Amino acid sequence: MPERNVCIIAGGMSKWGVREASIIDMAQEAAKECFDDIPALKRKDIDGLLFASSYCGRRSFQVNIAPVVAERIGIKPTSMCTRVDTLCAGGSSGIILATGLIKSGIADVVMIAGGEKLYTPQRWETYYSELASIDHDWDGAQGMGLPPPYFSMTAQEHMKRYGTTKEQLWAVSVKNRRNGSTNPKGHFQKAVTIEEVMASRVIVPPLSLYDCCPITDGCAAVILTYAEKARELTDRPLVYIRGSAQAALHSMSINWPGEHLADWLHMRTAAKRAYEMGRVGPEDIDVAMTHDCFTISEIVEMEELGFCKKGEGGPFVESGQSDFGGKVPVNTDGGLLSCGHPFGATGIRQAREILQQLQGRAIRQVEGAEIGLTHNLSGLNVEHTILIYGREP
Amino acid sequence: MGFENFGTVSFTAEAKAADFITYLEAGKVMATRCRKCGVSYFPPRMDCPRCLSSDVEWFEIKGDGKLISYTVVNYGPTGFENDAPYILALGEFDGGVQIFACLSRDIEQKDIQIGMGLVVSPVKLPDNRIAYEFKKG
Repeated sequence: MPERNVCIIAGGMSKWGVREASIIDMAQEAAKECFDDIPALKRKDIDGLLFASSYCGRRSFQVNIAPVVAERIGIKPTSMCTRVDTLCAGGSSGIILATGLIKSGIADVVMIAGGEKLYTPQRWETYYSELASIDHDWDGAQGMGLPPPYFSMTAQEHMKRYGTTKEQLWAVSVKNRRNGSTNPKGHFQKAVTIEEVMASRVIVPPLSLYDCCPITDGCAAVILTYAEKARELTDRPLVYIRGSAQAALHSMSINWPGEHLADWLHMRTAAKRAYEMGRVGPEDIDVAMTHDCFTISEIVEMEELGFCKKGEGGPFVESGQSDFGGKVPVNTDGGLLSCGHPFGATGIRQAREILQQLQGRAIRQVEGAEIGLTHNLSGLNVEHTILIYGREP
Repeated sequence: MGFENFGTVSFTAEAKAADFITYLEAGKVMATRCRKCGVSYFPPRMDCPRCLSSDVEWFEIKGDGKLISYTVVNYGPTGFENDAPYILALGEFDGGVQIFACLSRDIEQKDIQIGMGLVVSPVKLPDNRIAYEFKKG
């Protein structure tokens, strides 16, 4: 069998936000929108389901969730039906794994769905199980666990070394909240002004409320198949998965990611591999969805992806280079700062937006976009996951 | 005892590094060193991640380290709500060993400076719990 090229053919999302719905309810909403996005596909033709979720075992008291989701969305997987967990990159991990399954012939048509129900009636749970996301025996026992303190150290380091300013952090928030204002599926639809961001309450200096993504319930779903099958199912332009990489490095307690906290060596490692596999460079990327869990994250990511030089992420975002009309529009659907971050769903939300961008049907369209990139960082910067999509294989 | 009384909130009662707690009770903060490849570890590892040897030895973290970075926790995770605000810090000690711990409440925020001297020592917590923290070097 010749090697298959793999395409993403459909995407869907539940409404994201503070939801009075279970994780399974939201998975069903996302799957329905995804099925509606590709009417020619029969549900019986979906032979694989990967469900990305990190906290379903604890906050939804549901382990082995994939078969439960399969039943609720009316599919009967025969090749693969399993859960994936890489915290904030779970959805992207699922897309990479599904690509391999389809390329190899183990599976033909795979749905990658995922999400979290993070708000529970026991509100303490939200701030307790976060401690499970790190080396809890040591760092968790000291009171590290919620992300803002860690990313504030990153921001301080970046400001000290490169002269990055708070105004540059805020520029990311203003841009992404503006992009998200027209996305009906995201957590927030309200744009914010730089004055509002400036006046918001301090979480951990130098990060204020609008520098941080919210805690969000939600699910998302996409469908992948091989190119020949995709052509049978849709008249839209095909969107291929061209490259991917995932680089891990445990970066708390005994390891640093690179030379210092704002130097993300493992992200550069992942970017290099993904670019090589995709046969593209940073200058070829027309639209990117990067992991803006905090405003500082997007600034460091511009550098490590090679969109600008190391240390120049602040001026890059402040001068509009990551906005429409700039070098590479970033987080065109609002990113994590607007949409929220139900961990397992985020990489899938990004893939859905890139699919729509490369097919010319995004809500905020980047004209003529042909190559797109998605990126996630997991946990307290332990892992980076990158995917490259293109109109050509 | 093992790890059941370690830290403000802990999650693992049984671990191979349980002697760490016995040393901590005796006033010592210990790390391990691999006898085969010579790499030091904090948190202590009883099996070397580098060469996978189980031939490791304990050694005490002594003397002055220096502050590399710190952050203020204004909103604590569950179990730490009553501790906030508190300061988490990263210190580097002899041989490049890095330790992540709370900064003692004796140190005022205005006196904190990157590069300042630190010592790490055991600290008794309420409810018969024990941990380690940084004090001024």
